[in-house]
Amino acid sequence: MIPILIFCVLSFLVFRKAFQRFNRIYQNIQIGRPEHLEGRTSERFKNMFLFALGQKKMFERPIAGIFHFFIYVAFVLTQLELIEIIIDGISGQHRIFANILNPFYYILINTIEGLSLLAFVSTLIFLSRRNIIKLLRFQKPELKGWPSLDANLILIGEILLIIGIFMMNSADQQLQILDPGHYSETGRLYLSGLISDNLGSVPKDILQFMERSGWWLHLLVIYGFILYLPFSKHLHIFLAFPNSYFANQSSRGQMVNIPEIENEVRSMLGLDSKIIESPSESFGAKDIHQFGWRTLLEAYSCTECGRCTSVCPANITGKKLSPRKVMMDIRDRLEEVGKELENDKNYSIEKDSRSLFDKISKEEIYACTTCNACVEACPVLINPLKPILELRRYDILMNSSGPSEWLPMFNSLENNQAVWAMAEERDTWSKR
Amino acid sequence: MKSDIPTIQELQQLGIVPEIIFWVGCAGSYDARAQKISKAFAKILKHAGVNFAILGNEEKCTGDPARRAGNEFLFQMLAAQNIQTLNMYAVKKIVCSCPHCFNTLKNEYPELGGNYEVIHHSQFLEELIKDGKIKINNDQASTISYHDSCYLGRINDEYEAPRNIIQFLEYEIKEMKRSRKNGLCCGAGGAQMFKEDEAGNKRINVERIDEVLENQTDKLVANCPYCITMLQDGLKARDAQDQIMVYDLSELILERIVE
Repeated sequence: MIPILIFCVLSFLVFRKAFQRFNRIYQNIQIGRPEHLEGRTSERFKNMFLFALGQKKMFERPIAGIFHFFIYVAFVLTQLELIEIIIDGISGQHRIFANILNPFYYILINTIEGLSLLAFVSTLIFLSRRNIIKLLRFQKPELKGWPSLDANLILIGEILLIIGIFMMNSADQQLQILDPGHYSETGRLYLSGLISDNLGSVPKDILQFMERSGWWLHLLVIYGFILYLPFSKHLHIFLAFPNSYFANQSSRGQMVNIPEIENEVRSMLGLDSKIIESPSESFGAKDIHQFGWRTLLEAYSCTECGRCTSVCPANITGKKLSPRKVMMDIRDRLEEVGKELENDKNYSIEKDSRSLFDKISKEEIYACTTCNACVEACPVLINPLKPILELRRYDILMNSSGPSEWLPMFNSLENNQAVWAMAEERDTWSKR
Repeated sequence: MKSDIPTIQELQQLGIVPEIIFWVGCAGSYDARAQKISKAFAKILKHAGVNFAILGNEEKCTGDPARRAGNEFLFQMLAAQNIQTLNMYAVKKIVCSCPHCFNTLKNEYPELGGNYEVIHHSQFLEELIKDGKIKINNDQASTISYHDSCYLGRINDEYEAPRNIIQFLEYEIKEMKRSRKNGLCCGAGGAQMFKEDEAGNKRINVERIDEVLENQTDKLVANCPYCITMLQDGLKARDAQDQIMVYDLSELILERIVE
């Protein structure tokens, strides 16, 4: 009875806390501007299916893609076991699915074990890529400290989870022989069977302790994940789905229009104006509330893999710009503002003296060539270019700042409608 | 007619409606290197018997560098004036030798009231070849490196038309490590053309040209006047101007045309 009680109280607390935290993230994303969803819904579902569920872009780099896929499938299938664990936990039963799903249960658990072994190997490889091989994209300055620790904690958690599964299953195999009444028949589990074959001389109470420890370890790691995810880059396992669904459907080459400026120009030229519902007086973005909410969702969806940064021509040539850092900075700022909103009812981001420019320097935003390599690289369809250009817009239009070398270009565009100020006429070349 | 490259205004006075407008762009109009590309492309159009015109002095910058530099006001000014001109002449189809002009006209003008069929010159040249309107002489075969511009390739998903042209000319393409959707930028986009690089350990165009040099071909083809400038500057920086010739697709064709 006591274990059931502990289980129920613990589960309640975990899910309540997780709900509060996920709700906070949802509220934080709402800080962004409303956005019009372009394109077709069917296309959005297709993207979600291909890029989130199917992980299409992960396979552009096959080694990482395959190992990531093992962990992903193992994780998804293990959730079936989690359902069983929760039902067992509440009801005090043992392996309730064993009788219900028989004979599929035997296939299911063996499959989970096989995938768990593959995931175990993958996790070790991923740990070594970060800590031993030291892959360049995991060594960039923006990953120093917490982001690196975060990544390692997740991987270590995965290892613990898999150890829990094998501990539980191998002890259970022996216990099925000793106490078939309580320990339901699962059939031979091939991988944990290899361990349990060596447990023949272990006393029953130790086996029971081992089985329960594995069971609780599995549960606690999963509950730990649920609580930890919303603070971690690992949130992508959920947000990859909405993020690829909401990803931009219009052409990559089309920058977001500013209808207020379009109207101003139209009226200057004596053309009729378009109707704007609530015209803005600020253009571009200096802080998160001036981005569309989709950019904020993207910041929470980023798992800091750094594919964007590893293909960025500015970053490759040693410039400070890193598209990944831009997304991480937006997320950090979201957390900062979210905390203020939680603690201070009178807080208004409009009056905050801090902004995103405290985290992202001008040097970074002006190094971008708009080449879209980062956009192409992102496995979950994040667009880091969009916020970079919005920050540029703010700096140029609202601060009248920006690189001084651009002034001659702006001047000649204004006076000669060409990027260079030339003495000759535009069509001179054609007459020579 | 004053020159052999007619403006739309000149044709209108003669009562001729051009089938297509050749959008020259700032580089094509004013940059000495890119002027050669404009001339080469115009020559091919004439060779193929295309009924075309330029806007001449009525053409203005599309506003791409202003918009990407963050100066939306300037962009809107230029776009509105160009759209007025294009709509006044009831232009239906535009061909651009610059992928930046191409992108802005194709993807950004429709929202502002400028709806035209816009193609890049590599796409138009491929069409002319397919229709048998370009006669070429295939006497020499050699390998060639092709540089995908970001605004034609990754941004507008056109990787095949330029490659088909190169293959039609019976050159063998030796792909660089970073090509097609993984192509490396030349460093000029996003108005970088008009400023120095930020502090770093290398220029982007030099990074690209090092890859070109590694590819060991004596010809390099691109489809963008800004890429061509950046790549040639990269060759200068590596003191390798004599090793590689940089071509625009239209120049590569013109070299082989049978008059």
